[in-house]
Amino acid sequence: MSTPTPAVSLRGITKRFPGVVANDHVDFDAAVGEVHALLGENGAGKSTLSSILTGLYRPDEGTMAVYGERVEFRSPREALEAGICMVHQHFRLVPTFTVAENVLLGDHRAEGRGLFVHPREVEQRVAELGVRYGLDVDPRARIWQLSLGEQQRVEILKALHREARVLVLDEPTAVLTPQEAEGLFATVRRMADEGRTIIFISHKLNEVTGVADTVTVLREGRTVATAPVAETTPRSLASLMVGREIEGARRVARTDEIGPVVLEVDGLRVRGDRGNEAVRGVSFSVASGEIVAVAGVAGNGQRELAEAIGGMRAFDAGSVVAAGHRLRGGNAREAIHAGIAHVPEDRLHTGVAANLSVASNVVLKSYRHRQSRRGPLLRLGAIRERAAALMERYDVRGAGPHVPARQLSGGNLQKVVLGREFSDTPAVLVAASPTRGLDVSASEAVHRYLREGAASGMGILLIGEDLDEILALSDRVLVMSGGAVVGELDPGTATREELGLLMAGAGA
Amino acid sequence: MIRIERRLEQPRYLQLVVPLGSVVVAFAVMAIVLAATHHPPGHVFARLFSSAFGSRRALDSTLVSATPLAFTGLCAAVAFRMNLFNIGGEGQLYIGAIIGSAVAIALGQTSQTLTVVLMVLAGAAGGALFALIPGVLRAFFSTYEIITSLMLNYVAALVLDYLIFDSQSFWRDLSTPDARVFPQGKTLPNSATWPTLHVSLVFPLGLLVAAAIALVVHVLYTRTRFGFEVRVIGDSPRAAAYAGMRTRRTILLVMALSGAIAGVGGASQDGDFRHVLDPRGLTQAGYGYAGIVIAALARYNPFAVCLVAFVLGGEILIRHRVLLRRHPAEAAA
Repeated sequence: MSTPTPAVSLRGITKRFPGVVANDHVDFDAAVGEVHALLGENGAGKSTLSSILTGLYRPDEGTMAVYGERVEFRSPREALEAGICMVHQHFRLVPTFTVAENVLLGDHRAEGRGLFVHPREVEQRVAELGVRYGLDVDPRARIWQLSLGEQQRVEILKALHREARVLVLDEPTAVLTPQEAEGLFATVRRMADEGRTIIFISHKLNEVTGVADTVTVLREGRTVATAPVAETTPRSLASLMVGREIEGARRVARTDEIGPVVLEVDGLRVRGDRGNEAVRGVSFSVASGEIVAVAGVAGNGQRELAEAIGGMRAFDAGSVVAAGHRLRGGNAREAIHAGIAHVPEDRLHTGVAANLSVASNVVLKSYRHRQSRRGPLLRLGAIRERAAALMERYDVRGAGPHVPARQLSGGNLQKVVLGREFSDTPAVLVAASPTRGLDVSASEAVHRYLREGAASGMGILLIGEDLDEILALSDRVLVMSGGAVVGELDPGTATREELGLLMAGAGA
Repeated sequence: MIRIERRLEQPRYLQLVVPLGSVVVAFAVMAIVLAATHHPPGHVFARLFSSAFGSRRALDSTLVSATPLAFTGLCAAVAFRMNLFNIGGEGQLYIGAIIGSAVAIALGQTSQTLTVVLMVLAGAAGGALFALIPGVLRAFFSTYEIITSLMLNYVAALVLDYLIFDSQSFWRDLSTPDARVFPQGKTLPNSATWPTLHVSLVFPLGLLVAAAIALVVHVLYTRTRFGFEVRVIGDSPRAAAYAGMRTRRTILLVMALSGAIAGVGGASQDGDFRHVLDPRGLTQAGYGYAGIVIAALARYNPFAVCLVAFVLGGEILIRHRVLLRRHPAEAAA
């Protein structure tokens, strides 16, 4: 039996950056018409490999072949011409252009280069492609009007329009609701059935087992396994990825008693950035030692809710009472004094001042405290020591206190943020998507710290979209849709489907 | 095929080699032009250097022309560190000169120490208040301080002109018939002449004040809570809001500080050098704009500002003495 020529074949790919070997003799084959998952933790070399595949980087060693033909890409353009197309995690779309215009813009051939374009024809073609692949989006809509899920469809349409034979999807579900993700998987299957090859980059195990035919696991820049998905389990993949047995986000039965109420939110109304009413009369309470999750699809008011409680956003009506302090709202300092800690959604731009040192970021809030200063002067030595102690305690690796925060990996950065927020023994912790973009080990650590926090008596409000995380960690789940709490579920008995339906506003 | 890629890590030596290399290239280009116009480059360079740095007298003059630049350089650096683009050092310097000279004239002949101290304070207050106009607009109405502070420079220049040329103001000398025909400012009393420090060179008091300000700014920005807030706000206003910092208050304080420094520079023009409110001299010099360049070259480091001000002071001297054959320092002194 002769093996058919693979769509993409990488042999011994090595790429070195100063201080690290990002890819170390990686072998990778994707057959024609298969969905091939590339699984690995952050920093395992997935991004570097896909950058090599799409012509962004050139490998230091190794060879590449596309449909059996030796290739050496000197630019992304050459990869595109070979039929390899990447759907980036952060979309490359022009917000003020229409869908059809963006599709045209993404196509280096024919019309895109001529003097005249025929928008009607492109719109027609885009609409046809949309129907064929279940990529429902209005070709005349402008990008800024679209949800992230719809924007992703535009990216895929761009690839299909230019007749890509190999599509690389980089963490495609990061911005999607469970329902949207299902839709994406259906599209992916349809594209594969037509003979296109899909390389699906992910660190989410259930996605990989759900959609892929074959999986290649990368760890520390090396290929550790390639296997048909049917022969793997999420558990076996997880240990391959991490290199050890992991416990996973398993639900832990609570034994300790829940204490008095530490956060009371009543009839809260908050405006969004565009003046729209983002939170419409939300009421709930969180007790000491309790983890209450707020589940919802992004854009349904959870971010505004978190920011209002954290003092970063004023509210129109209602009240927030934390540990006996009634907040006037819109004042982060007041919230901090009331004992509210806040792990913001956007840790790199809100949670830290990225260009300042880790030490500075450790004292981002406590620089005002007496122990941080002597008279008018800051005690820089003491601050550095505190930072070093925190980095030790929260296992922040690979950097010293003097290093700019932006140089930390997402996981290490989040540990710094969490450590800082925990250090002032807050009564309440608002954690917005605390593990977004983190790999398995880092997520595990974050979950452990959140559990420890609750065990020590904090009331934790966990806001996010990751249903597995919510179901595993929380004591109660509030579901937000359209700015209101539309349901409360017991995570012990609720299923992902129930949650997903409620989040999509389809609940009873 | 050769491809140029960005280095991932910059070797340390490049930080020195790149600027030095740039200077060498600049001189090389200049040498080509000189040679092409039949001027021996070596000779010209030697003359340029000696006219600013080659003798004690030359160095004294360089210190004189460096003094206002140190003030305006610090003015810009202080604000730019927080990404607050105060382009108004020019106007703030004028206002400092106006208020500083008003105090000197009002006090008349009296104790020198008292006059000098009050002139410094008055100049600082004038510059600070004038800088607070764009400061308040920025803090409370999110107006671009770049535009407002720049436009206010023209306002300040017009005020300056008005006081001497278009009115019979407190500042204008109306004591002689000549002065009535050819408008000029009142000469400041002798007690308003700032002392100098002679340590082999002649250091104007203003330069020493600027150096002291540089030291204070350095400590303020690296060692205090205020400086910490400035750094965080400069890097990420969102992170600052998240940490509960009072961004508006800090914007106002930084603008006031920045304007105050330029204002003292204005007072120093009165007391150190001109001894009269001199609209033509001040507006032609363009100290405020030069300060922006100096702050950028010094990468907003206050000590580096003083150093760059010295070098650029020499350059200004060269430009006027050698290239334009004028003597601004003497004319002003």
